[in-house]
Parts: sequence; structure tokens; C-alpha cells
Amino acid sequence: MTNTITELGDASTILAIGTNTTEAHPIAALQVKDAVRKGANLIVANPKEIDLCRFATVFLQHKPGTDVALLMGMMRVILEEGLEDKTFIKDRCEDFETFEKSLEAFDLDTVEKLTGVSQDKIIKAARIYATQTPSSTIYCMGITQHVHGTDNVLAISNLALLTGNIGKPSTGVNPLRGQNNVQGACDVGCLPNVYPGYQQVTSPDAKTKFESAWDAELSDKPGQTHTEIFDALLDGSIKSLYLVGENPVLSEANANHAIEAMEKADFMVVQDIFLTETAELADVILPGTAFAEKDGTFTNTERRVQRVRKAVDPVGEAKPDWWIACELAKRLKGKGFDFTNSSEIMEEMRSVMPAYKGISYSRLEKGGLQWPCLSDDHPGTPFLHVEKFGTASGKGIFKPLVYKKSGEETDQEYPLLLTTDRSLFHYHSTMTRRVYGLNVLGKEELLNIHPEDAAQLEIADDQKVRVTSRRGVVDVKVSITDKCLPGTVSMSFHFSETPTNLLTCCELDPVAKTPGTKVCAVKIETL
Amino acid sequence: MTEKIELTINGLSVLADKGMTILDAANRKGIYIPHLCHHKELEPIGACRLCLVEIQGEWKKTVISCKTEVKDGMEVLTETPEIQMMRQVNLELMIADHDTDCLNCYQNTKCALQRIADHVGMSKERFKRLKKPEELLPIDDSNPFFDFDPNRCVLCGICVRTCDEIQNINAIDFVQRGQGTKIAGFGDRPRLNSNCESCGECIVRCPVGALTEKDAKRPTHQVKTICSFCGCGCGLVLGVRDNKLVSARGDLGNQASKGRLCVKGRFGYKFVNHPERLTSPLVKKDGKFVEVEWDEALDLVADNFAKNKGDKFAGISSAKATNEDNYVFQKFTRAVMGTNNLDHCARL
Repeated sequence: MTNTITELGDASTILAIGTNTTEAHPIAALQVKDAVRKGANLIVANPKEIDLCRFATVFLQHKPGTDVALLMGMMRVILEEGLEDKTFIKDRCEDFETFEKSLEAFDLDTVEKLTGVSQDKIIKAARIYATQTPSSTIYCMGITQHVHGTDNVLAISNLALLTGNIGKPSTGVNPLRGQNNVQGACDVGCLPNVYPGYQQVTSPDAKTKFESAWDAELSDKPGQTHTEIFDALLDGSIKSLYLVGENPVLSEANANHAIEAMEKADFMVVQDIFLTETAELADVILPGTAFAEKDGTFTNTERRVQRVRKAVDPVGEAKPDWWIACELAKRLKGKGFDFTNSSEIMEEMRSVMPAYKGISYSRLEKGGLQWPCLSDDHPGTPFLHVEKFGTASGKGIFKPLVYKKSGEETDQEYPLLLTTDRSLFHYHSTMTRRVYGLNVLGKEELLNIHPEDAAQLEIADDQKVRVTSRRGVVDVKVSITDKCLPGTVSMSFHFSETPTNLLTCCELDPVAKTPGTKVCAVKIETL
Repeated sequence: MTEKIELTINGLSVLADKGMTILDAANRKGIYIPHLCHHKELEPIGACRLCLVEIQGEWKKTVISCKTEVKDGMEVLTETPEIQMMRQVNLELMIADHDTDCLNCYQNTKCALQRIADHVGMSKERFKRLKKPEELLPIDDSNPFFDFDPNRCVLCGICVRTCDEIQNINAIDFVQRGQGTKIAGFGDRPRLNSNCESCGECIVRCPVGALTEKDAKRPTHQVKTICSFCGCGCGLVLGVRDNKLVSARGDLGNQASKGRLCVKGRFGYKFVNHPERLTSPLVKKDGKFVEVEWDEALDLVADNFAKNKGDKFAGISSAKATNEDNYVFQKFTRAVMGTNNLDHCARL
């Protein structure tokens, strides 16, 4: 997030697009509701009528995969009505003209046709966002998990720049990050193209810096991304896989592909706290520790580094994950793995990561710190881009965009669009499926389908159906609801009994390499 | 600077902020005024009528202190004979149909009603006369995480307002009238069949033993940490007893969550104690996993990893693990295995 969760409570307008906030980020959703209670406008853009719609001033129920068209349409209205922030565009941004030209393709007739949202709603949303400021946009996987996910994010960024809604409190481009520490895992360099602190592996300076810090020779070739790793296992170019705390058998798009790939690995190690469906495929399983059994830090979606503290001893022989990696490193003659506790690791981290430089365990005792935190007396940064952006010129860059179709389209054989969503009662599966009460509250997978589609297929509530995509088949119970758009069905992916990701599409966004999980053509048959 | 108001409570001079209620001003000064339905995070409703006080002088009247703003020169008395009498009657009416089996109540010694009874004082005689024969209403134990016992409910409405003002769910409300009034979901259906999201915020605020966590145990000590589910990063205070997690509550001091938790945050920690946890390294031998010592497992892994150094190796790390875990993992992959084939689920 460019901004802070609690700032949402003071926004005058919130645009929630591609996020089912009350289900996936319930505590951030409380801030959205607080804002509405205080009089803020809420614009919800989602193919599904989610719970937040109860609080919405405008609900834009656009077709899956048409986010760019919707947002560009809003921006065209803003410009046509002269509602843009001219000073901000002039002083803080560049490449406005090419972007403006790209808006020509997004006249409201076209946008209405592509998105299925009426023009008056788009106009209303655009006016509110541009005039009732500060406006903040929150988004989630509904934006990113598309083959044009990067374009979707750039559209949100364009909208913020156009209206000057960035670099100020209660504004911003705010991805609600999924996992508890997905932000931190990125920050510390668990990505194929960057060292810790987003320093490029291709940069000779960065390479030299880390070679000297770690006393090792490093590769300057960017590595394979998550989905590509599975491709490489399949084609034999990657032979060994070390996989920690993840369950691709359920969570990977087009899961059959991932399963086949892992089965092909010469040697696979899984480190986890439970014997997951993925661990079953491993040659060796190493027992890691759960969050309550270890010290460390998590970095939340608002870049806040917070202290995780050990409450109980690890079960049995389970060990902290960092300890296990250190032991392996030492056996393979790695240098610099003599850490005896997590605080020593943080000390090394902050010595190589400028944004974390001011973050130490002793400071974290008083509460979390939001990076960038540049020195021991730096207070941390609640919102970014106050004076300049992180680009070479320091200017915010407008990006011209075109509407692209989703990777997968419906046809006669696969006439319905499947989109994945989440349940409040589960987080993926490994942990929450092992809490009895959560399985009473969220007990099984359901396929949400519009009454018109259900009638056409002659299926009833609670009936079991077979869902088939071009990649896989699952059987699931039906829940008929007018919260779905006709032609669009949805399922979560928390249940190993109903592995939804056997169906989904793993075609990637060309830049972010994120699979287009949110749009998948399916057919439904009665059993 | 907030404008200051000078008043007296029971003859003590009190400096309050403009806009404060008499109850808040008294609390700040450490003067106890009994109250049940007041909660600092919620709008006051003045339902319990226990916080009655008397104002002297030109504004002379009896008011409820939770809804009356302080004024300059106000003289407040909290314990006049008249106030004490009214408060006593209010309290007795509440206790008359309250389940007084306190030893079997989870809130025993933490209960606001007990504290008020202790302060106001109960007359044995009057209590005997007022106490109705025990006719216990059924407990709503439909929710897997908590129970609602109407016999211990004092109708303060804190749960109703929490569900409305904080959660905006409105799963529960007052139903029926007069003696039959109770708190229930729509159509008086069990809570499991209501739109309750089981966040447990009402349990935390219940001043008596009406809403209690199932199998609740008091911890021997508590540890502040961060929830391990979504990216909100809510502050969690875990309760520990005999090296097991027995409770969780929101950390009021946490900057991101301000003490709030959702159903997963509050109850989801229970997976840590699950009997299926992996407790030993396992090596697949003849298609079956066999428990081995750490040294054997680590040697075997290191030997095999040594065969495929460089780009023949890939590491996938975990967004569930700590920054420190992830930092060491990427350092291992890059500096020891010599490859940038490294990712985690950020793209998923």
C-alpha cells in the first residue's frame, strides 16, 4: 500500500476494485465501513455483489477482465468534465499526452459494451472519485490475477495521478496484500529478479554489494518465477526443488500442471508444519515451526514491520525455518550462516536493505515501523511519494493503455466464466482446515451461480454438479445466488475435496508473470 | 488544545475536557460510578440506569452520567441517599432474574455485575424476596466458538452495538418486549443460522458471563505477536498455559488493527495445537515416509542439493514465514546454491 490501513477511515471516497474486503481483509474492511459511517462515498467495482455493496454509493458490476476499460472510461469522463488535478499533472507527472491519446479508444459506448456497466454509473463514480477527495483505491487479486494484471494496476495508478490522489493522507494506490508476510517475503528478496530491498540482480553494483556482504559469488541472471519453475521442472531444466510453507497442489493455477511438474523433480524437499497434499510428493519433509513458536518479524500490507514473538515451544523436533536453511548452508560450505537467533538476522538484513536500515528489534518493542525507515531516528513512512516518485525522473508516469481480452474466453463448449474468490472462514487451506470451528462455519466448497443460468441448466440449490474447464474437472455443490452476474460463476479454493485450481488458467501476465486465475471458461453438467 | 471544564464530583475538583461526559470525567479522576451498558468504544445508550448521579445548584436534577456532558461549575454527587436507593432497586431488578451460580460462570471475579453488587451492597432479605425461582432459558450453543447464555445476560446492549457500530453486521438485536426481552438473531434463530461472522468482538465486550468462548481457559501468561493469516497484520495477544495456546485477544496498542480481530485471528490460532503437526523430519523410503533424526535428514538433503547446484535448483519460499526465515532462505538459494530461481506465492 502507498498509504496506511487506518487512513482509509478518513478518506472521503474509497474505490474498492477487485477486492472482497470483508472476506479477505476483514480488519481493513472495518476501516472502509468506518469511513462510510462518517459520510465517505464508497465505490465498489466487482463482478460479484459482495458484502461491501451494502455500503456502496455506486456499485459497478463489471464483467470479469474488463477493469482497464472500466477505469479508462472513468478517466475519460474526468477529463471531459475537466475534473482532473491540472496542477498535480503539470508539476508531478509526465507522459500525460500519450496517455490522454490512449483514452480515445474508451468512449462510453464502447466501455459500456465491454464492461456491461451503464454509462450513468460510470459517470457518477468518476465524478465522485475526482471531486470528493481524498480518494483512496484499494484492490486485491481481482485486479492482479489476470493475463493483463499489470495493465489493471497501471490503470489504477493513472487514475490516482490524474486526480492527484497520491502522496497525501487517505489517498493512494493500495494493494491489499494476501498473505500475512507476502510483503516481507518480497522486501527481503524472495523474488527471482531482486536482491533484498528490491536491488536488481542484473545491476553490477548490487551484485558486487551482495557478493561482498555475503562473501560469495552470485549469479546476475534473473531466475525463474513461480509458475515458470514448474514449467522448468517439467522440461527437466530444473531438477531439485526446495519448497517451504506452500501447497501448490491446491493453490497453483492449473494445479495438474504443478503436480505433474513436482512428480518429475529428481529431488524435492518440502518444509511445512503439516503433511500437506504437496508434502506427500516430497522425498524429504522437514518440520518447520508455526508463527506462535518463533521469534521474527512480519511486514504487513501497509509496509509495517512488526514483531512476531515466540509464545510456545515448537512441537516435537520442529525447528525454526531459518535454522533449517542455515544448517543446510553450513553442510554445503556456505559462509555467513552462523546466526544464533532471529535478531542477528535482522541486523544483517538492515545492513543491506536501506529501507529497513532504521528497523531494529529494540525499536520494534515500542510498536511496528513502516518502511522506508532510513535511520535509527527515522519515524518510518505512513504514506509514500509525498514529494517525488521512485522513478528516475522523480515524476509519476502516465501509462497509455489498450483494452486486452482475457487469456481465456467462453465458447459453445465452455459457455460460463469461472472466477475464484475467498471465504472469510478460511485462508487457503493448510491451517484453517485444521481448526474445527472454522470448518463448521465454512464447511464446503460451493459453486455460486446466477438463477438464470441455474434455470437454463436445470439445476437446483445444493445439487452436485460437474464443472469442467479446458484443464480439469471438479464436482461441487451449487449455491444459486443473484449476487453473481449471469454467465459468471465463482468458487473459492480452500478445499482439497474440491480442488478448484485444477480448473483455472495458468496463462501468465507478460510482465508480472501472474497467472490469470480470475477468468476461466467452464461448462457445468448435472451428475 | 482541548477546552477545559472545571467541575466538582463529590466535592473533589475535577478538570475535564469539553465534550466529556460526567462518567468519563469521573473515571479519569478515579471516582467509581457503577455502570453496565457504557463502553468507551461505543455510543452511549443509557440503558442500565446504574450510572445515575445528582447535579446540584442551578441544574439540579438526577441524570445518567454516561450521557450528560460536563459543564463549568457543575457540582456532581454520585452517592446521595436517593441515588443509592434508585441504584439499589435497578440492580435488584437485574439480579432478580440473573443466574447467580457465579462459580460456574467464566466471568466469575471479572464480572461487572459482581463489582456493582459489591459496591451497591445487597440485602440478603430483599434478595431472597425478589429472587425468582430458577427457570433457566436454553443456552444458544450453536456457534462452534462461543455460547450465549440468556440467563446471564443483563440486556446492556453492548453486543448489539458492537455488531452494529464496529462490525456493521447487525446480526443480533433486542427481541420481544418487557420481561421477555432478549438478545437474538433475526427471527430468534440460533446464532449459527444468523449472519453473525463469529468475529467475537461481542464476547470481548460482554461485561458479564452471557457471551463466553467455548472451552475457555485462563492463560498463565500472555505473549504479544502478530496474526498469521492475511496481510492486515493485526496485533494478537496469545494466552499460554502449560506450553499450549489457550486464548487470543486483539492487541489494543497495535497501530494497524487497534485491538480488533476477525474470526480467523481470534480463533484460528488453534491449528498450532493440532495433533497432525509434523514433529520429526521424514524421509521417503520405498514410497513410505519414515521418521529420521535431523542430522540424517539434513545430510541427505545437502548431498542431493549438491548434485544440482546453479540453475538446476529452485527454491520456493513462504509468505507465511518470517522476514528472517525468508532472508536466510534467499541467501541460501543465491549464495550457496548459486541461482536466482527463487520465488514465493506473491503472484498467486
